Amino acid sequence: MNALLESARRADERRAKAAVGIRDRWSNLPRPWRIGVLIAFLVLLYSLPGLDIPLITTPDTDFTSVLFLCAVYVLVAVGLNVVIGLAGLLDLGYIGFYAVGAYTMAILGSPNSPVVVKYPWIVCVPIAIAVAMLSGLILGWPTLRLRGDYLAIVTLGFGEIIRVFALNSDITNGNRGINAVPTPSTATWPSWMTWFPTIHEGRPIFSVSSVIGFYWLALTVVIICMLGVRRLERSRVGRSWLAIREDEEAAELMGVPTFKYKLWAFAIGAALGGLSGALFFSKQTFINAQGFDLFTSILWVAAVVIGGAGNQLGVALGAILLAYLPERFREFTDYRLLIFGVALIVMTIFRPQGLLPSRRRSVELEDRAKEAPVV
Amino acid sequence: MNFKFVIDNFAALTVTGLTQGSIYALVALGYTLVYGVLRLINFAHSEVFMIGTFATTIIWAALGFGVGAAAPSTLGVLGLILVAVIAAGAASGATALVLERVAYRPLRKRNAPPLIFLISAIGASVALMEAAGAITSRQPRGMPSLVFPKVQFSLFGADVTNLQIGIIFSALLMWIGLDTFINRSRLGRGVRAVAQNPEVAALMGVNKDRVIMLIFVLGGAMAGGASVLYDVKVGLTTYSVGFLIGLKAFTAAVLGGIGNLRGALLGGLLLGVVENYGAGVFGNQWMDVVAFVVLVVVLLFRPNGLLGESLGRARA
Amino acid sequence: MVGLLVGAAACAKDDDGGSGTTASSCDNKIAFFGALTGGNAQLGINIRDGAKLAVDEYNKANADCKVSLVEKDSAGDPAQASGLATSVVQDAKILGVVGPAFSGESKVANPILSGEGVVIITPSATNPALATQGVKTFHRALGNDASQGPGAAFYMKGVMKVTKTFVIDDASEYGKGLADQVKSTLGPIVIGSAVVKEQQTDFGTLVQEINKSGADSIFWGGYLREAAPFLKQFRDAGGKAKFVAGDGVKDPKFVEGAGAAAAEGAILTCPCVPPEKAGGTFAADYKTATGRDASTYSAEAFDAANILLQGIKAGNTTRDKLETFVDGYTGEGVTTKFKFQENGDIDPSAVAVWAYTVKSGQIVALERTPTS
Repeated sequence: MNALLESARRADERRAKAAVGIRDRWSNLPRPWRIGVLIAFLVLLYSLPGLDIPLITTPDTDFTSVLFLCAVYVLVAVGLNVVIGLAGLLDLGYIGFYAVGAYTMAILGSPNSPVVVKYPWIVCVPIAIAVAMLSGLILGWPTLRLRGDYLAIVTLGFGEIIRVFALNSDITNGNRGINAVPTPSTATWPSWMTWFPTIHEGRPIFSVSSVIGFYWLALTVVIICMLGVRRLERSRVGRSWLAIREDEEAAELMGVPTFKYKLWAFAIGAALGGLSGALFFSKQTFINAQGFDLFTSILWVAAVVIGGAGNQLGVALGAILLAYLPERFREFTDYRLLIFGVALIVMTIFRPQGLLPSRRRSVELEDRAKEAPVV
Repeated sequence: MNFKFVIDNFAALTVTGLTQGSIYALVALGYTLVYGVLRLINFAHSEVFMIGTFATTIIWAALGFGVGAAAPSTLGVLGLILVAVIAAGAASGATALVLERVAYRPLRKRNAPPLIFLISAIGASVALMEAAGAITSRQPRGMPSLVFPKVQFSLFGADVTNLQIGIIFSALLMWIGLDTFINRSRLGRGVRAVAQNPEVAALMGVNKDRVIMLIFVLGGAMAGGASVLYDVKVGLTTYSVGFLIGLKAFTAAVLGGIGNLRGALLGGLLLGVVENYGAGVFGNQWMDVVAFVVLVVVLLFRPNGLLGESLGRARA
Repeated sequence: MVGLLVGAAACAKDDDGGSGTTASSCDNKIAFFGALTGGNAQLGINIRDGAKLAVDEYNKANADCKVSLVEKDSAGDPAQASGLATSVVQDAKILGVVGPAFSGESKVANPILSGEGVVIITPSATNPALATQGVKTFHRALGNDASQGPGAAFYMKGVMKVTKTFVIDDASEYGKGLADQVKSTLGPIVIGSAVVKEQQTDFGTLVQEINKSGADSIFWGGYLREAAPFLKQFRDAGGKAKFVAGDGVKDPKFVEGAGAAAAEGAILTCPCVPPEKAGGTFAADYKTATGRDASTYSAEAFDAANILLQGIKAGNTTRDKLETFVDGYTGEGVTTKFKFQENGDIDPSAVAVWAYTVKSGQIVALERTPTS
C-alpha cells in the first residue's frame, strides 16, 4: 500500500516537474505567439456554451448555468485569494460578504423588497460593492489584530451572523425572500446574434432560463478583476502582503504598516465577494436566506487552497472544479459529495502545494521540507 | 428584548445552559487536545461526535432497547448508559484514530503547511457526514426516552431534574478523568511534553506518533461520551448533527483558551449559559449570534481566550 | 431491449427544447425535482420514493410502454434549481415534474419550467404566493398554508377549546407561513410567539418562557427535526400545554424522537385524508418498496405522479396536451379527491384538513377540522 502510494507520488512529482518545464517554455515563447494563444483561449472560453463538447458538458443540468456558476466561483476565489493567498489571512466566513453584496443588490433593486426604492442594476452594483467593502472594514478593524486561527473562528462567526440576520430580519424577508432582483438590462437578442447556438432572436439577453448573456458578462468581469488583482499583486501593496504572509513581525520591523495592509486585503476581498454575490443573484432574480451556509464558505476556502493559494490561475482552477465536478457527476447523486470529500483528502496528500501552486509558495514548501523533519 | 424574563428566570436559565454547556465542553476537549499538541484545528471532530450519536442508538437497539421499548429500571438505565458510553467512546475514538492515520499523518510526514491540514480535515468531515447520510438515507433516527426527568430539588427558584444533574455530573466526571490522566499519568506527561516542545520531547524519548494517536483517541472518546449525553437529552439524531455542535464546541474551546483543558470546560459551560441568556433576551433565533458576539468581545480583550493556551503548562 | 434502444435512438433526435411535438408516445419521462442531499434531504427523499413507487407500479402494468422517472437533486437550494429547471426544459421527453419540493426553489424553477410548458405538480410547496405568481402550468396536490393554517386554528378554537396559545415557527418558508396563518385566525387567543433555529436541539429557554406564559396550548409551525426534541424537553420540564403542529411534523419519526410518552395526545393537522379512509394499498406498498413507513409528503408525491402518469397513459404525450389533461383532471387519489382550480391550487372542496393525534405511540386520525 505504502509502496504504491510512494510510486504514485513520485510519478506525480515528475508530472509537476514537467509542468514547470511547460511554464518555462511558455515564458520563452515569442510575445506575439503568447498573445495569439491567449486570444485563442479566451475565444474558447466565450464560445464554450455553444460548443457542446462531449464528456465536458453536464448531462443532468444546464451546461451554461454551470459555466456561469463556475465564473462566479472564480470571481469568489479571486477575491478570497487576495485574503488567503496573498495576505495569508484565513477567512472562513467569506460568504458573509457575498451575502451582503447580494442582499444590497436585491434590497435596492427590487420593487418587492421592504425598501421601496428601485434603482437600476448599474447603480446597484457599485453600491453593493461599496457596502460589502464597508462590512469588510467593520469586521476587519477589531479582528485583524488577532492571530491566524482566532481570526478563522471570528470570520466563521461573522458569516453565521450574516446568515442568521438574513433569515430573521424583516428587511431581507427571511426565507420568503425577495424576487425581481434587477437584471443588467431587459434588452433582447438582436437578429445578428442568432448565428450562435442557443441564442434566439427576441429572447431577453439576461434571463434566468437562458444564461448565456450572464455567462459572458460574468466572464468579462472575471477577466477584468483578475487583471486588476494581478496588477495589485505586483505593486507595492502586493509586495507588502507577501511580506506579511511570510513573516508578519519581520514585515512590521521593516516598516510595512501591517495592520493597514491587512485591512486593505480584507476590504478588497470583501468588495470582490460582494460583486460576485450581486452578479449571481441578479441572474437568479430571487434571493432568500438559503445558499449562504458556512459549509459553502468553507468549501470556497478549500477551492482556493486546493487550486494553489497565491496563484490566480490555480485558485481559478480550484473554483472551477468545486463548481463543476458536483454538477458534472450528478449521476452519483447520493455519493457525489462523499466522493468530493475523499477527493479533497487525496489531493492534499498528493499535492499539498495546490494544483497550480504559486511559485513563491512552492519554494516556501521546499524550504520547509529541508528543515529538520519532525516525525 | 425581554430582559425581565431573563432576570425572573435567571437560575432556571443557568441550569439549562449548564446542561447544554457540559456537552459543548466535552466536545471542545477534542479540539483542545489536538490543537494543544499539533496546533491544528481538527475540523472533522464534529463528525467524530456524529458517529458517536449513531453508535449509541445502534448499541441500544442491539440490546433490545429500540424504538418503542419500555423504559428499564434504574439499574438498567445506568447499565445502558455505561454500555453506550463504552460503545460510543470506542466508535468515536476509532473514527478519530482513522482520521488521524488517513487524513493527517501523511501530511505531517510531508511537512505540509497548516492550511493544507485544514483542507484535509474539511474533506474528511464532508466524507464522514455524507457517508453517514447515505447509510441512513438521510432520515433522522429517533430513540426511546431513557431517563424520565423528575424534579429533584429547587435551587434559587429553578427546578433541577435528575436528567440535568446526570448530564452535568457525567460530563464533569469525564472531564476530571481526562484532566487527571493528562496531568498525573506517564502517558499524560508525554502528551504535555510534546505539547510544550516536540523536538525536545522527541530527544527525550517520547514517541510523538504515539502521543498523537493517544490525543486523537482521547478526544474522540470524550466526543463519544458527549454523544451519549446528547442522545439521552435530545432523543433524535441525524447525519448532519455534528456541524452545529462542532462549531459551538470549537467556539467554546477558543473562548476558554484553545489548547487548555480547563479552558475547554470553562468555555463550554460559559457558552451554554451565555447563549441561553441571549436566547432569552433576543429570542431563540439569535442564539448563535449572541454566542459569536461574546466570542469576539472576549477575544478583543483576551486574545488567547479566557485562560490562555497552555496544554503543556497545565500544571504550572 | 432492442426495442428500447431503437426507441431511445428515435427520441434522441428531437430534444431541441420546444414545447414538444414529440411523435413517439412511449419512453416519456417525468421528473422529480427536490432535495436528495443537503439539510432537508429527508423530505425530498420521501417525495422521490412516493413518485418512484407510482412510476414503478405504472411500468409494471404497462411494460410495453414505460415511463421513466428523472431525478433532479436541487439540495433544496434555489441556486441549483435554475440550472436544473433549464435542463428539465431542454429534455423534450420530460412532460411533467413532481415538485419542486420547497417554496424557495419553486420561485426560481417554476417560471423556467412553465415558460416551456412543463407541467408542474408540487406535492409539498405550500406557500400560497406560488399560485399567484402567474405560472400557468403550476398545480398543487395539497392544500396551501392558507387552508391548513385556518383548519388547524379552527380545530384548536372549536374542538380543543383552547384559550391561550403560544405560536412557534422555525423561520422556514413553510413553518412561518403556517404559523402566520394560525396567528391571524386565532387572533387574541395567541399570547406569545417565538422563532426557533434550524437544527436547534436545545430549547431550555423557550420551554421556560412557555411555562411562565401560562399557555394551555402550543402551535408549532415547522418540521419534526426541531419539534421532536422540543416536545420532549417541554414535557420533561413538566409542561402540560397541548401540542398542535402541521403536516411537517406528522411522521412516525416525530413520535420516536419525542418519545411515545411525550408525544401522547399531540394534535397533528394535515391537508391529507388518512390512508385507511382513502382505501388502497399505498401505505403497505410503500413499506414494501422502501422498507420504511410512508412519511411526510410521500402520499402526495404518489398522487402527483399518478395524475401525470394517467395523463400519459391516456395518450397526452406532449406537454401542452398533458397540461390540458391535468387542468381538467378529476379523480380520487390516496390523499384526497383531486380537482385543480384556475390558478393551480387544489379545489377548496377537495382540501380536507384532518386532525390526527398520537395515541399509544401511533398516529391515528381523529376527524376533519371544522371550516369556521
